[in-house]
Amino acid sequence: MNAPLANRKSWFEATARARIGGLLDAGSFVEFLQPAASQPSPHLAQLDLPGAFDDGVVVGCGRLEKMPIFVIAQEGQFIGGSVGEIHGAKIVGTLRRAVEEKPAAVLFLIDSGGVRLHEANAGLIAISEIMRAVLDARAAGVPVVALVGGSCGAFGGMGIVAKLCSGIVISEEGRLALSGPEVIETVMGVEEFDAKDRALVWRVTGGKHRYLMGDCALLVDDDLAAFRSGAAEFLTGWREAGPSLAALRSSQQALENRLAAYATYRDGLDVWAALGVAQPDSVPLLDSDRLVALKKGLPT
Amino acid sequence: METLEFRFASHPAGPAADPALCGVVGSGNLEILIRAGDDPAACQLSIKTSARGFGDTWRAVLGDFAAAHAAGGTTVAINDMGATPAVVTLRLAQALAEYQGGAQ
Amino acid sequence: MSLNDILDSLFPTGHAVAVANSVITGQAQTAHCPVAVLGTTDAAAIDHAMALALSAFILDTVERHPGRPLVFLVDTCGQALSRSQELLCLNGSLAHLAQCVDLARRQGHASLSLVTANAVSGGFLSFGLMADQAYALADAQVRVMDLRAMSRVTKIAHERLVELAAASPIFAPGAENYRRMGGIEAIWPTPSAERLAGALVAAGQAGPAGDRRMASGQRRGGRQLAAAIAEAVHHAAAGA
Repeated sequence: MNAPLANRKSWFEATARARIGGLLDAGSFVEFLQPAASQPSPHLAQLDLPGAFDDGVVVGCGRLEKMPIFVIAQEGQFIGGSVGEIHGAKIVGTLRRAVEEKPAAVLFLIDSGGVRLHEANAGLIAISEIMRAVLDARAAGVPVVALVGGSCGAFGGMGIVAKLCSGIVISEEGRLALSGPEVIETVMGVEEFDAKDRALVWRVTGGKHRYLMGDCALLVDDDLAAFRSGAAEFLTGWREAGPSLAALRSSQQALENRLAAYATYRDGLDVWAALGVAQPDSVPLLDSDRLVALKKGLPT
Repeated sequence: METLEFRFASHPAGPAADPALCGVVGSGNLEILIRAGDDPAACQLSIKTSARGFGDTWRAVLGDFAAAHAAGGTTVAINDMGATPAVVTLRLAQALAEYQGGAQ
Repeated sequence: MSLNDILDSLFPTGHAVAVANSVITGQAQTAHCPVAVLGTTDAAAIDHAMALALSAFILDTVERHPGRPLVFLVDTCGQALSRSQELLCLNGSLAHLAQCVDLARRQGHASLSLVTANAVSGGFLSFGLMADQAYALADAQVRVMDLRAMSRVTKIAHERLVELAAASPIFAPGAENYRRMGGIEAIWPTPSAERLAGALVAAGQAGPAGDRRMASGQRRGGRQLAAAIAEAVHHAAAGA
């Protein structure tokens, strides 16, 4: 349900710590490796840059509607939520802990452009470790839910990590992709992707497009309470099945069908029309409830 | 980056159980970590800032803070990405309030 | 070194490997057992079609040849940079490929990857780095971004990055840096059947033991923080 606009607290604008505060049951959050017990990245200091005590990610445990959960929250305002050595190790440690302690879920608040270039090799290997750790947690029966709605979206390796999670809860403001539009424009030219065309960027990478295409499980408003109820709703309807050949065969078929049907399209408007949306131009104007209703009415 | 250290006399702050963190190291912003220090009559501050050459401004802003608030007995660590003096003053007050158990 | 030379060196007793759309798939014989060979060549920019060809081949192997080891040959310049590819969620197809490698591991297939020429970012993440262990030929290029581009993005002078790269393996391109960080198990001066046989045995033991790259990185002095941080988070008292 839509909360009245005036009562919303924007997820997009909130810090990682404020998101945790709005997401979990009041007062339930306990941080693993608190800032006072931690150190900023020495690799950034070596490059003459100030670090952050938590290295841009907050990890810990708490409760979501009384269920015990773990939470990982990236801070998009700190170097684009990028994954460096300490940042990555905190995430991996939390996921490994989840394998043993088996909380009801790990909520993964992704807000990241991917690898931190200042620590590029450590960051790339760390993302690979996160990928395996997410799959290990899921194989142990612990759902990992990605929440995407921050200013940095989920890009690069963190876009891959998001798609390895049990499901993604996204807002219209959320973006999910591999290469950033700026990177594509820089390398391939503005005619391939005009990164300054914000409407186009959202039609290609934005939350509504990903939801309509079935890449995200839920679309919610840009509101802390909406993400909270979205995460709870996802978990209510989800049982983590172990990895299986049958499930991956089925995903393989769906991805092949999609590629065969839509490979030549370059704009969300074209794909939405092909999906059966009668008025694709209206999609950017719909609020999240109406978009969810629209998706439910599409031919399958 | 520049590293600065200051120490100001300040009235003793009330006792607090836990360290407090306030703010984010983002463009034009800073984070402040306050924890217990060893001298109840002084506030000890260390700053890492991306903007070089503003030592005098920091001394003035932090000195005003130590004079206006009871911040004795605390150690303050700051990571700064070019916050303005107004933002620094605001965050210091927030951090101290949180340290002493005030609402966020 | 051409792909055929590499295949001849790795599998002197025989290989039947096809290349289509820069994707390598096929079977080969080692001294101990047959292996499935797959990967990319010509510095492929991985797109949906390539990722799905690789994932389909892995699923076929799991279904038809239970337990057969997987040998990935990695030569990728990263992911395809294209609006139409992103429109269809390229990160989703790469994640699917990674899940297929993960499934094979859980079903008892040992896997190793050999970087034959280039390994860059997303293309490397989706399968090369998902193997039980990764190796690289001595002249292979392994990187996220070259130092000039990194200098532009981070606004740190190129000369400064070059100077720091000499002292630290943390950000500069190079297979040796990845070895020191624990991401690559070892560097091979040349491809050889003997090295491959030893590596397959090691991969068979590494898979069930779980991801040990942090510990390797620490032992080799390249990644000195990660292992302790992950351990501290793992065992931090909740509430402390």
